[in-house]
Amino acid sequence: MIPAPADSLFPTPGTRVRPVHDEFHGDLLEVSMGPHHPSTHGVFRMMVTLDGETVVRLKPVFGYLHRNHEKLGEGTTYLGSMPYTDRLDYLCSMTNNWAYALAVEKLAGQAVPERAEYLRVILAELTRLLNHTCLAGFLLQDCGASGTPLMYAFREREKILDLFESLSGSRMMCNYQRFGGCRVDPPPVWLEAAGRLVDGYNAFLDEYEALLTGNEILMARTQGVGRLSADLAVSAGITGPMLRAAGVAYDLRKVDAYGIYPRFDFRVPLGDHGDTYDRYMIRVLEMRESIQILQKALREIPAGPVMDPKAKLRGFRPKPGEAYGRIEGPKGEIGFYLISDGGPNPYRYRVRAPSFVNLTILEDLCLGHTVADAVIILGSIDIVLGEVDR
Amino acid sequence: METAEQIYDRLRARFPGAAIAVVPNPAPAAQHSLALEPARAREIALWLRDDPELKLDYCSNVTGVDWPDREVVETTSATVPDPAGGPARTIEQKTKRIQPGCLEVVYHLYSMALRCGPVIVRLRTANRTDRVTLPSLTPVWRSCEFQEREIYDLFGVVFEGHPDLRRILMWDEFKGHPMRKDYTEPDDYEWEPTPHDKVLAKAKKHYPPEPAAPGGAAEAAKP
Repeated sequence: MIPAPADSLFPTPGTRVRPVHDEFHGDLLEVSMGPHHPSTHGVFRMMVTLDGETVVRLKPVFGYLHRNHEKLGEGTTYLGSMPYTDRLDYLCSMTNNWAYALAVEKLAGQAVPERAEYLRVILAELTRLLNHTCLAGFLLQDCGASGTPLMYAFREREKILDLFESLSGSRMMCNYQRFGGCRVDPPPVWLEAAGRLVDGYNAFLDEYEALLTGNEILMARTQGVGRLSADLAVSAGITGPMLRAAGVAYDLRKVDAYGIYPRFDFRVPLGDHGDTYDRYMIRVLEMRESIQILQKALREIPAGPVMDPKAKLRGFRPKPGEAYGRIEGPKGEIGFYLISDGGPNPYRYRVRAPSFVNLTILEDLCLGHTVADAVIILGSIDIVLGEVDR
Repeated sequence: METAEQIYDRLRARFPGAAIAVVPNPAPAAQHSLALEPARAREIALWLRDDPELKLDYCSNVTGVDWPDREVVETTSATVPDPAGGPARTIEQKTKRIQPGCLEVVYHLYSMALRCGPVIVRLRTANRTDRVTLPSLTPVWRSCEFQEREIYDLFGVVFEGHPDLRRILMWDEFKGHPMRKDYTEPDDYEWEPTPHDKVLAKAKKHYPPEPAAPGGAAEAAKP
């Protein structure tokens, strides 16, 4: 038995403290988190080097879901790639569809009827609600609140997915949009159901925020964690809520003004600190703005065709050229770059996936934080591996 | 927002001697691009980023394009005067030549400060086999880091000056670059109960034809 030193943590008389004779003491420890770790939102691996519990190095490893989506796109027709885009970011198939349709429309100079433009806005904003709700739920799951907050989020998500299913036939793999419009015209009851959901969404958000936004545990775990500076965010090509949480006002709905977004009056919320709490908060505020856009769009949607009658889907061969089309997806800028050589298949089909680029600064955000915080930071980046690995 | 031609004129004035060209885009979107000389790409990129009228601080998309060697048929016509004094004849001559291929890396640049774009920049390698190095633009725009790694992985372009050039989507031991047009996938046929078309051709390569059984259908068919 070794007598306790005078300045021991337990100076109670009579106690004996065993000193640490640990061969790892002072060494760095390399931990492979994932690819089967539930907090990595898929099959994603972080090679983390730890000093005690502090992250000193972090290398993301991915590609486990890689199926060379871009090569598949070169081997199939323009129309044939549309259902594949659903599989990129499988939470947001509607916005993936839109980004791809927009790129092809730019490539071929295809017009879109008014009603389809409204439908696209409605579906994209519903997707934004869905994605951000899920993310808030997952963030709490990452903090350790097992189950309940996520199930609250999933309950609302299912309602939106039900709408998608009744419109397109599939909950998640919607395959709904086409170059020159949308696939089917929603009946009036669908629009009414969407209106009811949207009108009730603020109440859900109020309830959710009452539980979370002022929650002491959430604030303690997320405030000041994973700060992202505006300069680094711009240089690293971060887009979407992550960029705006860092205080950069750059929303493609405002900047590019694609579709009919100029007709809607909405605000772009910005963060002050760029930390994980801001990233959570920006998403909640964006949902509030989305609800306003949705209410206006559902009120004003005109009657008419949903497909341009001149649009050609089968046997579609755009003239040689190239186009890059991008939209503001829920995770950031989702873009498609297409090169046509005049044939039925694209010569080059490239997906600019937002969460792939947003992952660039994962190490910068995690350095100096504990390994438990790295999980929350990864969650707040909002990755979907179907899109990262492609 | 300046057009590609205007930027081209300013680049020519600022970087005399650098090989720069405007690559026209015939699609309705008319997103013309600028082909830069790889050797001077990084200084030009820095200038594009810092120029107060462009401020292209955001590199959105980086991608590779493979252009294999292709045969070009050129038709030249010459007018030959008729020695007999009749009308001049036009003789058409067709010549075939191989246009050497290259790998191309395309950067889509935007300005977050001025909210404009895109300016599209292309860099081309000398050929597709041995001289496939290009300067990395990751020191200029951090967003190129993963995307250039992806191009290195899938196209085989080696980026000089990249801080961490490793495979990113394929595993480290993988051989070849799958996004190249001449990539052939490995012959990893698995047994299938009802092979057809392409799969049948593959299956035939893997299994020798079954010998005809004596007294079987083949013999019974004989007269």
